[in-house]
Amino acid sequence: MRIKSTLENYVFVLPAVLIFATFYIIPFIWVFQLGMFDWDGILPTKIFVGLGNFKEIFFEDKIWWQSMWQAGYITLIALTFQNALAFLLAWACDREIRLKNFYRVIFFIPPVLSEVVVGLVWQWILDGHYGLLNNWLLHLGLPNLVRSWLSDPKTALTTVAIVHSWKGFGWGFLIFLAGLQTIPRELYEAARVDGANAWDSFRKITIPLMIPVTVLVAILTVLGTMQAFVLIIAMTGGGPAYHTQVPVLRILASMRGSSRFGYACAQGISFGLVLVIISFIQYRFSKRARQL
Amino acid sequence: MLRAKLILPLFLSFGIITYLAGCAPKQATKAQTSLSIWHWMTDREPAFQELAKRYEAKTGIKVDFELYAPSDAYTQKVRAAAQGATLPDIFGILGEKRDFGSFIKAGHILDLTPYMDTDSGKWRNSFFSKALAVNEFKEGNSYNTPAGIYGVPIDIMTIQMVYNKDLFKTLDLNPENPPTTFQEFLNIGKKIKETNIQGLVSGWGEVWMIDCLANNYAFNIMGQEKVLATIKGEVPYTDPDWIKVFSLFKEMQDSGVLADGLVTMINKTAEQLFANEKAVFAFNGSWCVNVYRGMNPNLNYATMLPPKVSDKFPMAIWGGAGSSFMANARSKHKEEAVKFLMWLTDRDQQAYLAEATNNLPANKDSLSRIPDILEQFANDMDITTHPNIWGVSEFPAVIEAFDKGIQSIIIGEKTPEQIAAEVQKIKERELAKKRR
Repeated sequence: MRIKSTLENYVFVLPAVLIFATFYIIPFIWVFQLGMFDWDGILPTKIFVGLGNFKEIFFEDKIWWQSMWQAGYITLIALTFQNALAFLLAWACDREIRLKNFYRVIFFIPPVLSEVVVGLVWQWILDGHYGLLNNWLLHLGLPNLVRSWLSDPKTALTTVAIVHSWKGFGWGFLIFLAGLQTIPRELYEAARVDGANAWDSFRKITIPLMIPVTVLVAILTVLGTMQAFVLIIAMTGGGPAYHTQVPVLRILASMRGSSRFGYACAQGISFGLVLVIISFIQYRFSKRARQL
Repeated sequence: MLRAKLILPLFLSFGIITYLAGCAPKQATKAQTSLSIWHWMTDREPAFQELAKRYEAKTGIKVDFELYAPSDAYTQKVRAAAQGATLPDIFGILGEKRDFGSFIKAGHILDLTPYMDTDSGKWRNSFFSKALAVNEFKEGNSYNTPAGIYGVPIDIMTIQMVYNKDLFKTLDLNPENPPTTFQEFLNIGKKIKETNIQGLVSGWGEVWMIDCLANNYAFNIMGQEKVLATIKGEVPYTDPDWIKVFSLFKEMQDSGVLADGLVTMINKTAEQLFANEKAVFAFNGSWCVNVYRGMNPNLNYATMLPPKVSDKFPMAIWGGAGSSFMANARSKHKEEAVKFLMWLTDRDQQAYLAEATNNLPANKDSLSRIPDILEQFANDMDITTHPNIWGVSEFPAVIEAFDKGIQSIIIGEKTPEQIAAEVQKIKERELAKKRR
């Protein structure tokens, strides 16, 4: 009977295991294996280089690390500006305001738009010569601020980061809103009876109870933003020079531009490793934050 | 009860396995008299479909043109199919000659030399020699690829400059006399600065077009021999001639002849700006004729060579085969595939393609039915060159450093000397790696 029960359990998890193994575990092992070869992706022969590709990534490929820092910068903007915006808007929509359902829909429009379309539209808005932004700046009497936002190395990365935040804040907004709605209203009422003002309620009730949700949003933001590339490829193609290059663009360049499939796989593994480490650190922080 | 509980998961597992099995690539050929062709040329799809109909009516052989766009997605599909040996009967390769050679060495591409040579080389002689050269590997080539002709050019192209004649008039310039020297070109930049018009637009955000213009000037300044010697590692990029090439981009930027935001501009944007008469010059390929016609049929423009810097060596522009098709060496229908390619590149079909798509035909006899502007592009075919016919290839890492370096010069971040040193450093690193 026990064997039958065990068998039954195995059969139930079999479909999930099959899918997971086929689409995640086997490709991961294969990618790791390919990372140890010098291979152009076409020839049947592959040259074994051991950890040579990883050594090149970690000690020689300066552009790779530049792209990592740049992705880190975009992530920092997303973690602060994007998530703060998402939280504030969610908090506003959680209160009894007029047209709150309308705002909920509006705020979720950017995430559902195609990244390529968003990239091209923003490229048009930010165009140095015919762009709407520069046109408005001129009309507002701010000609000193007029520039080629995406071609100027001083502004390109920050501009891309802000557009990325605009595109992505809707996800955080939804999760924050769901989190805020789980906070019992009685807590606020009790606080008010005890003489707490709105700021006290926000500080002592909302923030502590939202920590788990904030951690979740932060983890999703880091993982999503570090892997961003469609929007960037549509807006700047990684330029000017290397100023908006991010790791996924470098992986793509190795695979497509240089035909170095093995190296691209090693970059993918290294990048995955970095993301795992970041997620682990965030997880540890969140555990500590929950205990406080 | 247990049996009932087991049925559903077992059924689900079976379904998933069946589904996964269904993920296997479909057979490249569907029936005995059916040819499958993969391509990425969105603009040529309707013309290809029409030709497929005509071929079926003529021979009874069904031809399936399958479009996979954009070109990046197409490239990945072809590579994946090559790894799984599921390539169609006919396909194209996008990439460098090195990649082309790898496909051949992996046994995916049929050597067409015997077919080209039959009937006293009738098929071979029907093409522009430079169009065929791109698809040819000579004896002892640096890619270690067996000698032969492995591709059939469908059309040809040249990449050069075009200028807007009406905007020339606005700038008080003679529309029949475009600048021929670099200094004349820079002088126009000063006039452009005073207006709200853009100067030169091009897809320099996609970088390979920067490489193209830089190489045009390298040929003009130092000649083919020295350019090839650099690729072979015999001449450093820190050579004064190369620094001169890099400096040209700084001079162009300083003069105001380059459009704003050029370093991140994609070619589609550049084409829109030129077609909408917002830019005086464009650096583009002959395919632009079709694009501009679609965007602005009344655009009044003409071609011009990049203005020369030196009289020491002739200016060379990139050109040759635009798109080519290859026959799958493992196809069951390779003979039929070759016959179709012969038919497709025959005079009438080539003339139809040229007329329908505004691309230059690869067949020499089909040039009579092309528009004037396209003829201007064709007239410069004699001075074309292309990295794929040089016999040696630069390392991709060096090409990237070179192109991105020019972007850095244009945005004023680095000097030509700094970029030359950086490119040379990467060149030496790649050479050392190769020696290992």
